[in-house]
Amino acid sequence: MRVPVLIRRPPEILSSEITDEGLFLNRRKFVQAAAAVGAAGVAGSLLRPKGVRAAEPGQDEDKLTPYEDVTSYNNFYEFGTGKGDPVKNAHTLRPRPWTIRVEGEVGKPTTFDIDDIWSRFPPEERVYRLRCVEAWSMVIPWFGFPLADLLTAVEPTSAARFVEFKTLHDTEQMPGQRRGVLPWPYIEGLRMDEAMHPLTILSLGVYGKVLPNQNGAPIRLVVPWKYGFKSIKSIVSIELTREQPRNTWMVQAPNEYGFYANVNPEVDHPRWSQKRERRLGELFKRATLPFNGYADQVASLYAGMDLTRHY
Amino acid sequence: MNQVQWVRRVLKPAVFVAAAVPFGLLVKDIFGGTLGANPVEEITHRTGFWTLTMLTITLGVTPIRKVLRLNALIRLRRMLGVYAFFYAFLHFTMYALDRAVFSGLGLTVGAIVEDVAERPFVTVGFTAFVLLVPLAITSTKGWVKRLGGKRWQRLHRLVYVAAIGGVFHFLWLVKADIRRPVIFGAILTVLLGYRVGVWWVGKGRRQRAGHVVAAGASS
Repeated sequence: MRVPVLIRRPPEILSSEITDEGLFLNRRKFVQAAAAVGAAGVAGSLLRPKGVRAAEPGQDEDKLTPYEDVTSYNNFYEFGTGKGDPVKNAHTLRPRPWTIRVEGEVGKPTTFDIDDIWSRFPPEERVYRLRCVEAWSMVIPWFGFPLADLLTAVEPTSAARFVEFKTLHDTEQMPGQRRGVLPWPYIEGLRMDEAMHPLTILSLGVYGKVLPNQNGAPIRLVVPWKYGFKSIKSIVSIELTREQPRNTWMVQAPNEYGFYANVNPEVDHPRWSQKRERRLGELFKRATLPFNGYADQVASLYAGMDLTRHY
Repeated sequence: MNQVQWVRRVLKPAVFVAAAVPFGLLVKDIFGGTLGANPVEEITHRTGFWTLTMLTITLGVTPIRKVLRLNALIRLRRMLGVYAFFYAFLHFTMYALDRAVFSGLGLTVGAIVEDVAERPFVTVGFTAFVLLVPLAITSTKGWVKRLGGKRWQRLHRLVYVAAIGGVFHFLWLVKADIRRPVIFGAILTVLLGYRVGVWWVGKGRRQRAGHVVAAGASS
């Protein structure tokens, strides 16, 4: 089941062959028209609100968030806690050479070189909504491959119940780690069935370009039905485990952030509402959808669970 | 040019312009479309930051003028205080528009009431803003006269409460990085601590003076 807005799966893409943004945008226009995803176009600035909106904005208007916003408004505390810090500071990250260790409850523990990943798991385009726990959202054309493909390659054992991801921990490359704002390295985790779900991808690029450093180069997780902080960046280690991983934000503030972190308008953050969100580029907020609009694909994973308790 | 003239003719106009610069930059960025990906958040954060900054500077005037013996600096205080209110007003207005108008639900004043009632950091911030309103209204010369110096001063001590509230408002809204609110808190502690110190020393003196008088009367 490769449902979501899958556009194409090229056999192999070298970074040198990646479509440049102009061509990409033209292609997008065609694809968008064909798929009736919504009209292309860049959202208006604050002073140009796009006319008067109906009380309930159309949820199907998922226009791509401009590349500039996607790459300049980031939460990546390894490079500073301001939204504009990562784009300024992430030049110290060296995304190549890069290896990812995949180990734990697997038959074939493997250290992958990032270039091998590009050739072994050719990326495809996936356009996903990204909903931040801070109540803003974007629509991003990722370039990635199903995490399931990588996990299958290392042959998980029957004992593997969870997957734990770690970001690089290197204060030279990630100067924000010199401050103890969060416990480093950043850790995230998924249940095995969430990790194997076809919507869950490892991303290598955005807008047909290699991931910019501030977006989590050279490889990051994208789990579109969960709050953005689950989509861990600049991954160096993936471990299949028996125990539920202790993800960073849950450790930091357990009353505010849980392990599951599924987008849920019914469960507010203790300090702010999660009912509505601001799509970047829009003035008027829109309703937040359960599982960020991917309920049809993923709600069954949580059948019978109390999602107010497992937030 | 004596100290008073220098403050009146040079320093005060310079501070007036300097304190307007953040507003000028904000206007420039609004019209230039250079507020970044989330303009509403950027405006809210900037105006909040400058409210606390202006409040802190306002509260710094008295300690600085006493320690440096530059009495004429008192002429800056009211203007700086009014600037603090100006930025607080912009901050509150942006917040209120965001909650009540840009909510996507049509005009919903109820959203503000609910927010103020339910979320401690909003409650505290809103209270601090409300406390500043009477201070801004009575900032004119006419009101100083009408209230009389003593009463006016007592009323304007509310600014201490507003500033403390503002720091907690900031502290309680950040996700993990408490550096900036802690810096504001530390400066505010020094500035208010100075006043407590002055009051404490004065109290000791008044008491000793009282004993002397009493002793004199009994002899």
